[in-house]
Formats: sequence, C-alpha cells, structure tokens
Amino acid sequence: MAKNGVFSRLRRFEKSEEMDDFSECFDSDEVHVLAVDDSLVDRKVIERLLKITSCKVTAVDSGRRALQFLGLDEEETSVGFDGLKVDLIITDYCMPGMTGYELLKKIKGSSTFREIPVVIMSSENVLTRIDRCLEEGAEDFIVKPVKLSDVKRLKSYMFGEGPIQRRDNKRKLQEEPSDISLTPSPPSSSPSSDQYMSPSQSPPSVSSPCSPRSFLSAPCSPISLDSPSRRFKTSNHD
Amino acid sequence: MEVNQMQRSFLEYANVLFREGFLDGQFSQLQMLADESNPDFVVEVVSLFFEDSQKLLNDLTTTLDQQNVNFKKIDAHIHQLKGSSSSIGAQRVKNACIAFRNFCDQQNVEGLSFGSSITFAFLFQLEQQIVAAGGAIPILSEFS
Repeated sequence: MAKNGVFSRLRRFEKSEEMDDFSECFDSDEVHVLAVDDSLVDRKVIERLLKITSCKVTAVDSGRRALQFLGLDEEETSVGFDGLKVDLIITDYCMPGMTGYELLKKIKGSSTFREIPVVIMSSENVLTRIDRCLEEGAEDFIVKPVKLSDVKRLKSYMFGEGPIQRRDNKRKLQEEPSDISLTPSPPSSSPSSDQYMSPSQSPPSVSSPCSPRSFLSAPCSPISLDSPSRRFKTSNHD
Repeated sequence: MEVNQMQRSFLEYANVLFREGFLDGQFSQLQMLADESNPDFVVEVVSLFFEDSQKLLNDLTTTLDQQNVNFKKIDAHIHQLKGSSSSIGAQRVKNACIAFRNFCDQQNVEGLSFGSSITFAFLFQLEQQIVAAGGAIPILSEFS
C-alpha cells in the first residue's frame, strides 16, 4: 500500500534552502518520509532515526511548508513543488501556526493525498488528543521522545510484510505487561486482513469496545505511553 | 589525545553522567544512531541542543523582563525546551522545565525567574561535564 503513484518525479529546487534535507536522487524502492517538526533538535533526531532505517527523508519546520512541499498550499499553488512521491508523513502535534492535527485534517481532506498515512508525534500523552487524531485518520500516535524501536516498528508494519507483520506485532502487544487502560482487550478473532491492507477506505466505526483499528495495527503507541517494562528495556541498550 | 581515546574516555565518562542523572535513556538512543556514515551525530545534535537552548532561555529572560509579561509565550518557550531536552536525554534540564512550568500557570514571575536560572545552570553544568569528558563536543568553546 506504500507506493502512491500519483506524483510526478519532476522537482524544483527554488526553495531547497528551506528544507533541512533534500536527497538528490530518489530510489523508487526506498520509503520517502515527510517529517514535520518546528523543533530543530527534534527534526535532526527524527531525520536520523528515519535515515538509519533506510528511509529517504524530507524534513520541514511547519505544517504550511509540508503542504507547500506536497503542492497543497492554496496560496501558492503556482510556486510550489511538484509533489514528490511521499509514502508517509510524520508530524509533531504542537506546532505554532498550523498544528499537526490541523495538518492531518488538511491531508485527509484532500482527495489526492488522503491515502498517505500520517503519524502524529507528541510529548504529551493525552488520551483525548490521541483519540482525536486517530479518529481523524492518523495511522499512529507516537509519544516523544521518539526511539529507534518506534521508527523500526512503524516502518516494518507499514511497509513490511503487511498483515503477517501486523499480526506478529499484535501478539507482542498482548504479551507485553502494561498497566494503562488504553491496551485493547484482545478480540476473540483477529480482524480481517482487509482492514490493514487498505487504510484508505473509510475508517471503521469506533463504537466497538476494541480500540480503533489503528491501535491494533500500532502496538508501539500504547506501549510507549507508560509501560514500565518498555522503558526498562530501553535503558538497557548500550 | 587521539580521537579514539577521546571517544573512549567520553563513553566511560558518559556512565557517570547517566549515574548522576544528567542524562537518561534517550541519550543512549542517540548513541545508537551514530555509525561510520555519521560518526559525529551525537556531537552534532548535542551542540544543536545547547545552541537552541541558550537562545530559548535568553528569549525567556527577555520576555520575563517585560512590563506586561506574556505568560503564554513563556509557556511556549518552556514547552520547547522541555521537548528538546527530552529528545536528547538531558534529564536534569528536562525535569527543571517540568518543575518550573508550574510557575507559568500561577503567573509567578519570581518563580519563573528562579526556574529559568536553575535551568540555565543545569544546562551549563551539562555542557561542562561533557567537555570535561574529553572534548567530545568541540563546538562548545564557541559559546561557553
């Protein structure tokens, strides 16, 4: 589901000085991530995390720049870039100007771009915020600080084996001890693989007691919230 | 000192920084991200952090000195500093931010002044510790 063939390869570099990173050549097999964060430090970290997991990265400092990059900026459609193939958008929630949530809404409201998965990052793990983002169509919600395992898991379940990978991740979720109420009670039967294969379809209703599909396909986010075992594991790394 | 010796001594000293609570697990995450293609990653990020933080704290101090203090702006500054210190694992700085952010809600100017001084001190302390660890952050000399 990763490849979105809508965009042309043509690119203009007039605004390249505003981009933190812009690779010269795009390998069509590599995942291209658009990272959005107003913090310079966080941009550098997320960029490195993505690169080390073999993603191509374009990092921008605002929602507006992200829309410009995609060619979605209403004010400057004539001056913007031709959209490059973007496989994933990962954005900070709290940003001046346009928040990550507003950016998410704009992307999901666009017929051209709504199929691009959007992941939200935030330092505050507020349940209502998480729910709001997931309901608006966010693929996942990662609590900062972002770790290598977060990015690896994200990449593998989004661009890896597909349903098989996700079922494995779901098992991991059930095994991990967690004392947060967010952990979904495991459903008696696994959800149909259709749910994972086409997230671009209209979102399933969230009325069931099981959390929205995104939680099931995103084992890392509930765990990262405050699972003590996960924190402990992290600190054991050299 | 050879580069390798410097790196080794820094790595040894980093353990002290972890033990003493200057750094937390997130710093280890950053260390994992350096490799042959990007050997100076940690140095680069940490330098960026110090530069960014000092600017933030300066802006915060300026805002505090105004006649009518803009507490929303101050809160935004602290939020930013908390975020970046968390991202690199600068634990003491991060905790200081969490603590003195409360003064914002209370609109307590003295508390905010005090809090920002403490945070500045922790920042400077961290800089010094890292430099003392073997000069692994050469850029610090520019603004220490």
